[in-house]
This record gives sequence, C-alpha cells and structure tokens, in this order.
Amino acid sequence: MGSPLRIVNGRVYDPANGVNGAVQDVCVRDGKIVADVPPDAKRIDAAGMVVMPGGIDIHCHIAGPKVNLARKVQPETHRDDVQLRTRLTRSGTGGTVPSTFATGYRYAALGYTTAMEAAVTPLGARHTLEEFQDTPVLDKGFFVLVGNNLLLYRLLQEGRREELRQALAWWLKVTKAYAPKLVNPGGDEMWKGGRNANITSLDDKIGSFDLTPRRVIAAFIEAGNELGLPHPVHIHCNNLGHSGNVETTLETMRLAEGRRAHIAHIQFHSYGAAAGKSQSNPTSRARDIIEYINTHPNISADVGAVMFGPATIMTGDAPLAYMLRRFGSNKWVNADTENESGCGIVPFKYQDRVYTNALQWAIGLELLLLSEDPWRMVFSTDHPNGGSFMSYPRLIRLLMDRGYRKEQMAHVNQKALDHSALRDCQEREYSLSEIAIITRAGPARLLGLTDKGHLGVGADADLTIYEEDEDKEKMFSAPRYVIKDGELIIEDHELRADHQGRLLHVAPDYDPQIEQVIEPFFEDFYTIRFANYPVDDRYVPKGQIIPTTPSAAAAPATAGTRP
Amino acid sequence: MPEMMTLIGGRSSKQGTTLCASKLGAEYAEISSTVEMNVEDMARLGLSNNSKVRLRTPVGEAILRCKGRETKDLPPGILFMTYGPLSSQLMAGDTAGSGMPISKNLDVEVEPIRDESGA
Amino acid sequence: MGENLKVVRDATCTFCGCVCDDMHLTVDLDHKRITKAENACILGKAWFREHGIEERPLALIGGRPATTEAAVEAAAQILARARFPLIYGLSDTTCEAQRVAVAIADMIGGTVDTTTSVCHGPSGIAFEGVGESTASLGEIKNRADLVVFWGGNPAEAHPRLFSRYSVTPKGMFIPNGRKDRTVVLVDVRRTPSTPAADIFIQVKPRSDFEVLWALRALVKGRRVDPSIERRTGVSLTVLEDLVARMKSCRFGVFLFGMGLTMNRGRHFNSGALLALATDLNEFTHWVAKPVRGHGNVTGADNVVSWQTGFPFGVNFSRGYPRFNPGEFTSVDLLTRREADAALIIASDPADNFPKAAIEHLRRIPVITLDPKATPTTQLAQVAFTTATYGINVPGTVYRMDDVPITLRPAFESPYPSDEHVLTAIRDRVRALLGGNRLPAGAPVAAAS
Repeated sequence: MGSPLRIVNGRVYDPANGVNGAVQDVCVRDGKIVADVPPDAKRIDAAGMVVMPGGIDIHCHIAGPKVNLARKVQPETHRDDVQLRTRLTRSGTGGTVPSTFATGYRYAALGYTTAMEAAVTPLGARHTLEEFQDTPVLDKGFFVLVGNNLLLYRLLQEGRREELRQALAWWLKVTKAYAPKLVNPGGDEMWKGGRNANITSLDDKIGSFDLTPRRVIAAFIEAGNELGLPHPVHIHCNNLGHSGNVETTLETMRLAEGRRAHIAHIQFHSYGAAAGKSQSNPTSRARDIIEYINTHPNISADVGAVMFGPATIMTGDAPLAYMLRRFGSNKWVNADTENESGCGIVPFKYQDRVYTNALQWAIGLELLLLSEDPWRMVFSTDHPNGGSFMSYPRLIRLLMDRGYRKEQMAHVNQKALDHSALRDCQEREYSLSEIAIITRAGPARLLGLTDKGHLGVGADADLTIYEEDEDKEKMFSAPRYVIKDGELIIEDHELRADHQGRLLHVAPDYDPQIEQVIEPFFEDFYTIRFANYPVDDRYVPKGQIIPTTPSAAAAPATAGTRP
Repeated sequence: MPEMMTLIGGRSSKQGTTLCASKLGAEYAEISSTVEMNVEDMARLGLSNNSKVRLRTPVGEAILRCKGRETKDLPPGILFMTYGPLSSQLMAGDTAGSGMPISKNLDVEVEPIRDESGA
Repeated sequence: MGENLKVVRDATCTFCGCVCDDMHLTVDLDHKRITKAENACILGKAWFREHGIEERPLALIGGRPATTEAAVEAAAQILARARFPLIYGLSDTTCEAQRVAVAIADMIGGTVDTTTSVCHGPSGIAFEGVGESTASLGEIKNRADLVVFWGGNPAEAHPRLFSRYSVTPKGMFIPNGRKDRTVVLVDVRRTPSTPAADIFIQVKPRSDFEVLWALRALVKGRRVDPSIERRTGVSLTVLEDLVARMKSCRFGVFLFGMGLTMNRGRHFNSGALLALATDLNEFTHWVAKPVRGHGNVTGADNVVSWQTGFPFGVNFSRGYPRFNPGEFTSVDLLTRREADAALIIASDPADNFPKAAIEHLRRIPVITLDPKATPTTQLAQVAFTTATYGINVPGTVYRMDDVPITLRPAFESPYPSDEHVLTAIRDRVRALLGGNRLPAGAPVAAAS
C-alpha cells in the first residue's frame, strides 16, 4: 500500500467535496485519503501542479473475448506501437486495442485508475476476469450483456417479471459483473436467427419471440432499479449509427419513466435525417438529446465522442458491425454466443474530410458543450469505438481551449458543421473543475462508487498530479505522479512500480429457487453444464463487492449525496 | 523402380487412445508404423497386408507395414499414416514462412521391401 | 478396486478441443485412478483411464532422478544463460500455467510459441488477413441447419463434435436434431466420419483452394468453367448444388480441420474458407470454426494474444513482442538451428516435428514438463514429471470456440502442477537476472 504520503502546494480539484483549485495538502495512508500523516511522512511538492482524483472510465472495451479477437485481427497495429518491458514491468503492444499489460500501464500513464469494460457475455466472464488479472494498476469491473438473453426473453414473454428480476440478479452475481448491459435489444436474435436482419424500431417483433425492444428495455430498467444496483441498466440503444435514430433514443429514455437509466455513447444515437436529402445522410440532433437529459435527472449518459484517426469498432451489436464493414475495411469479425449475444469487430478510421465522421466528431463536442449538468453527461470515446483512450488528452483540450477547437473545426468537412450546432457553442470552455467532474467525480457518482472520484477522508487513495500547462493536451498526456491505492505508480512521468488493482463487482441476493428455472434451460440449450457456469472466487484474487441498496432504487442520479 | 505416391498424415482414434497410455510402448510404435494403401496399388506392387514398404522423401525415409484400403475409401496413389516418429522422418523442415511444415500430401517414393520376413 | 470411491460430476475432459464438461467420473481414491468416465467418448475414456499415478521420479536431470527443487535450479540456470531460448508447447496445460510461461519468455527475452503453429496456425494467419464469422458451439447446436465439415475427421479426432455440438443434438431452433440438418463432408478420402454426412464431396489432394475459390465465384454469381472437375475431382453440378444449399439455409457453418492448414496453400486455404463464409453472409447467416486439437490449445492462443497482441510465434528479444511466423515459429527456429535452449511444456515435438527440427532438439539443452515419458522427455536435459491438468490440477481451459471452462480435478497427484513448476522457475530466473532482462541499448531510466 506504500508508505504515508503528504502532497503539498498543489491546486486541488475535488468537485465532489466543493474544492475548486484551492492549494491544500492531501494526505495518504494505507491506500486511503486520511486527514493527516506524521510529519516525517514522504512529501510530494506539487507546486505548479494540479491534484485530482484518479480518472475513471465509465465505458470502454479493454478485456474479454471480443477485445482479444480485436487484438488478434490487427497485428499490423501492434508492430509500430510497442510497450517495452522494464526491470519491473511487462512488455506489450499497442494500437487501438493494446495488450493487457500495455492497457493497464497506458491508462495509468494518463492518470486513470479505474475502468469499466462495457460489454461482456456471461459465458465470457471468466475470460474477462483472467485478462483483468493481467491488466495492471487499474481497478476494473464489467457490464454483463443481458439484453439479448433468450432465457430472460422467455421469462419476460411469459410475463414472469419476478423471476426475470431474480434471474437478472443471479446472472449478475454468478458472473461477478458490475452492472447489466443492454445492447441493441432484439438485434442479435434478428441477426442470428433471421438471416442477418436487424431491429429497426422499438416496436419491431423480436424474431420468434412475442416481444418488442420496448418491452425488453422497460422490463430491464424496472428490474435494475428494483435490485438497487450501484449503477443502473446501461443501455446501448437500438439503431446505433443510423440516420434519424434520435427518435429511438428519446423514446428509449422515456421508457425509464423517471427511473434511473444510463445511455451509453449517446453521440452515436443523436442523429437526425437531412430533409429532402438521401435518407442515409445524418444530421445533428444533439440539442434534442441534451434538452431531454437536462430536464430529466433520472437519465445519465456518457458521450461516446469520436476522434479522428484509427479506431476499432467492437460491439455486441453484430448487425451494426456488419453494416460498418462496407466502409473501407477488408476485415470483419463476427462471433455469436449461444443464447446470450452477438458480436462484431471492424477496424475503422475516422476521417475529418468525410461528412459522417466530421458530423460525429461535432456531435460529441456539441453534447459536452451544451450539457448543463456535467455530473450526468460524462466523458468517453467508447474506447476504441470512437477512438483510443490515448486520445483523451486531445478531447480534453478541445473542450478547454476554444481557440484550438476553432482551429480544428476549420479542417473538417464544413457541410457536416452546417448540419450541426457546434458553431453555436463556440464560447464555452470547460474549467479544470468541470473536467474533473466529467472524467472523475461524475463517473464515480454514476457508478455508485462512493470511495472513488473524490479526495475526502476515507476515499481510495487514487490520485493524479498534473503539471499545469497552457497546452491542455500536453498537460493531460503525461501526469507527473500517479498514485494508486496509496502507492506511487508513476513518478516523474515514468512507471516506477507494478500494481494489481481490484475487481469491482456486485453480488445481489436472489431467491435460490430461480436456479430451478434456469437449470433446465441449460440442459436443453447451452453446451456448458449449469454447475460449471458460475464463476468462482479463484478468478478474483483482489475484489471488492459494491453493495446493492434496493431501497434507494428509485432515487434519481443527482439525489445521491457524498458520504 | 520406386513409384511416387501422395502421403497424407493424420490422426486416428486408435492412435488417440494409445497415446494416452504411452508414446513409448509397443502399441503406439505399431500404430505409427503402419501405412494405409489402396488395394489395387498394393496388388500391382505385389504387396499384401503387413508387407513392408520403404517410403522416401528428399529429407529421409521410413519403413512401414502396409494395410489395404478399398478404392472408394482411399483412391489409388494416396497413402495414409498417423503422425509419429516415422512420419517425422519424412517431413521437411521448411514452412514457407508460415511456421507450418507440410504434413499432408507429401510426395513420397514407395518401394516394396521383398527380402524381409514380414512379406 | 479400492473401498474409497468418489464421484465427480460435471468434470471436464481435456483430451481434445471439444472440452466436454459433462463427465461423471468414478474415482478410486485408494489407487488414485479413474475407474469410470460416464459420457466420455472413446478418446476421453482412454484419457481418464490412462492417467493414473505412475511411479516415476519427480524429475530427471541428465537422465538421473532428482528433486523438483534441484531440477528448478538446473532449468533456471539453462534459461538464464541461454541467448535465444524457445518456450514451446502449452496446449495441454491450464491457462494459469500458460500465463506464467509467457511471463518467462518476456522476462528472459526469449520466444514463445505454441502447438498452434503446427495445427491451426495458418488459420490464425488467415484470420489476421480476412477476419472470421464464427459462433460458440451452442449456436451451432441450436441453429445450424447446414453443417459443412471440411478437411477433418471428427469421428476419430473429435468424436463428440457430432453428437454433442453439431450433427445429432436437438437445439432451440433445431427441434428434431439430425433430421433438421443437412450435413456435408468434404475430404480427400473416406474416413469413419463420412457416414455421418448426407453429401460427401471427395476432392483431389492439393485442390481445396481451387474448390473454395470456385465456390466463392459461384456465390458471387460468376461463371466457373466445367474444367474445374478435371482439376479438383468435383463437378460443377456438385458445386452449384452446394452453393444453392449454402445460400438458402438459415444458419450455415463450416467446421474445418487440418486438411486445409497442413497442406499446400496453408493459410490461403483457411483464408479462402473464411472469406467464403463471410461472402455467404450477404445471403443468410454463416459462421466458420477451425476444429482445434489439443484440450487447451485455444487457451494458449488467447493467453498469448492478450499478453502480447499476437497469437503464437512471439519473440521478446528486443524488449517487446514481435510476431513473425516462419521466423519465430518453433519448426523454423529448430530447423535453422537458432534456438540454443528449449523449455517444452505439455507437448511432444520429438514425436511429430520434422526430422531436422528433432535433430536440433538433441543438440541443445531441453527442459520438459509432462505427466508422461515421451520421446521429448527422453531427450531432455531436465525433465519434470507434472500432474495432469483436469485430472489432478484445477484451472481454466478454453474450448475450441473460445468458451472458458473451469476444471474439476478428480484426485490429488504427488507431482506438482505445471503452474507450480513454472512459477518456481520464473522466480529463480528472476533472481538470477535481477529482474527482467533488458535488451542491449534499452533506456536505463525506466529500469530503476
């Protein structure tokens, strides 16, 4: 856990505790923030520097079956972007899908200390946990895919809502997941069972099931809220990437009816259709999305910004990946998981001259610049879908530096800007405090991680210390110090120690009777035995169960208070 | 004058069960030193089941016992044997930059061995 | 039979890539052996029956019995001194052991390669070129109404691929099992698998690529000359019939074997098949699946990939992973006499590598980890006897479709696990080297 530590002379940004750039000491001991440490404790002089909680990525793709397929299919991206081993640390390779060790070290080198893998099949939970053990420094959790689960569909179809909730709790617990994830509900069944079809509206019938995405989404939002999960149902809406999908997104948010729901990478779901133009040309409807979110405190979102350059599309939304395959990639991976999900992978490149790519870039910025509540519209690129996490410093600069932003806007497809409102948000610049909210405090609060995202006494001692710089990209690219669980991992910009983070997961109670409903389904339709399905504790050498609080289930996201 | 034939290496269930016991035992040695050959080819070469033949490639040679297969199962000119120490003797180390040596469809010279008691 | 019997339900067979997890084992604890393996196929029954405890030394150094500790020291000395060591095998051990093996390769700046390079390595290369549409085996069971086996003999190599996963089982959308599926088998010879097929297509040896490419052309509506039959032994009529079936099924699958990879064309063959499956998705749902051999070869692919970014044939000499089949693959490193030491885990190259590669193994110090004596352990300088994964050792194994399964061991072994031995070797080498070995010219600042 490292020796006691006192950080002095730094400007502290701890928005959860109302600290906005004040110069004050931060003390660390036994992996936690403490009120004081003995006078002989090691000191870090942070004069001219900014102290923030460690970064928290609420939605990224860093480990598990689909990530490993994406690594394997792109050797050409690894060879010129390597991670050297040191005496203490392992080697690896980068690209938009780095190897596990490179992922952990590189996140840490940007000042991130927690990351949530956003889409894991239940059958792939074990694989994800094995990769997590080889992903250093970070605390990690994963969202488990339940929105195309055929047993849950059967229960819902038969109106067995209580059993649906019990089964959802079972699935979360036995896979050691952090939150339930819906991806294009119904889409994978149409894809696998309907000759590669897809869902086009919330009221489509899902294949042979007497169900619609509308019913599925509403039921999961309800069940997730009843279980009182620290993070509500995390939703990748239907129609991702399609022109005019904003209506689906708004309708999906309305389905929550005041209950908590989180919409993932909402930039990809904020498209209108150009009037009189070809149907395929999207426009920005960021304003409509933001207006809804600003006025509905039960809804939160991560932005899913797009950054120009290489990316990897990797998603449980198999029909989407198949569609994107047409746009300039010679490789496509599809991987169906029995009864649970689909998956698609396509190497991709966002280009500033391309209308749609420029529009996506603009919408990501628009959403963040129009947002009135940074606690509920938080930072992400849906790494590596909208761009690598390595592009986060540039995205921060785009938000903090309007001169830079204007300069960048001049380079992109201008027709795309005509169809966005980005030119109307020229003035706004994010403050350091707001950056601390959208990259730290906000994600922590949305995830229900009460010990993270802030620097109050008792919080996890996950801190980042940046040297102040006019160039915010440079500043956020290479923190001077990174402390994880009280241990100095990065010192003078360099990796100085290895560290194993924790698995963050939930373990909601369920009625054991539900296993008698689930087991026969396994006998008939799975190829792995029911008894061999739950993930045992050996896969979690360091773990932390985040409690569920059923009574607080209906509380809106902003009503939560800090301890 | 030896004939050229095409040798396919592969697995068999007998080989699979035997290797679980021991790869150093007599049974494994016997299985991996048998080559299946088309019965018409065998007749032409004057071979019968258990006759010995010498297979030769540019890198090495091996002596195996024949076992006949009907034409519908194994076409003329094709040989089959299970992987093992003897098939290794025939395989070239070149992988053409792939990592994979050619283990199936090897061009082999087939030469009956007539002067030994096994015939 | 002893008095002391135990039943282990839902244990896992790790003989082949099917990794069936429905074994009900009866264990004679007194004699440390498995007396019955319910649900096992012929290969699985032999696997469980033959892995009792044999009276063998814990280790051999230069052919003489030694303790595990002494062997660890000898192995560590070999690896710490070697300039271009090869770590090879890994397909018959747990992912937990595989992770340590890759760590050793990284630490000493060696090469790690797995039996994939002589199995579906070419399919891995093809995957890097064109991608793959694939599925877990349960999707095939639940949905596949057209099943095409190509260049494989599952009846002998993967017996339950037919019965548990792809031909006979009933599934959610295949309520009548076998009756709801059409089964096609493509091979150069008749095998015990052939009777399982409705349609058998016999191709001439060395013409798989041509047949696959002709099918791609037909799927895309291009003309194929009837002379294809002279070249491949398959008539245009047969190909057209197959294309019509492939385009009209609801869920089609290719399950392909080493008839494609070990043959002229290698990764081009696998690539043609993967591309054909991709092409067919314009019409209906299609997936393809390499049928993998050893129990955890798929785990080895996954572990090496997540730790390095590449699936096999990875070299760490420069301080970071480099992948180059033909350069860093085992047959090449040995045939060219480049490797100066080898750590061989749970595999037997001396039994099936090309002659020249085996000859080089006899020249260099070899360390082996294996539960059994094999041609490779016989030529080893240091040979560890280890416990058998799945039977004595817990851990994780990946089925051929990337589904990870946790093992339920049946009884304890007096021998250590591969993971235990490898961890001891790693720790000892690290002590000898003072941490990870840095390549010449590496930046020093980062090393403190």
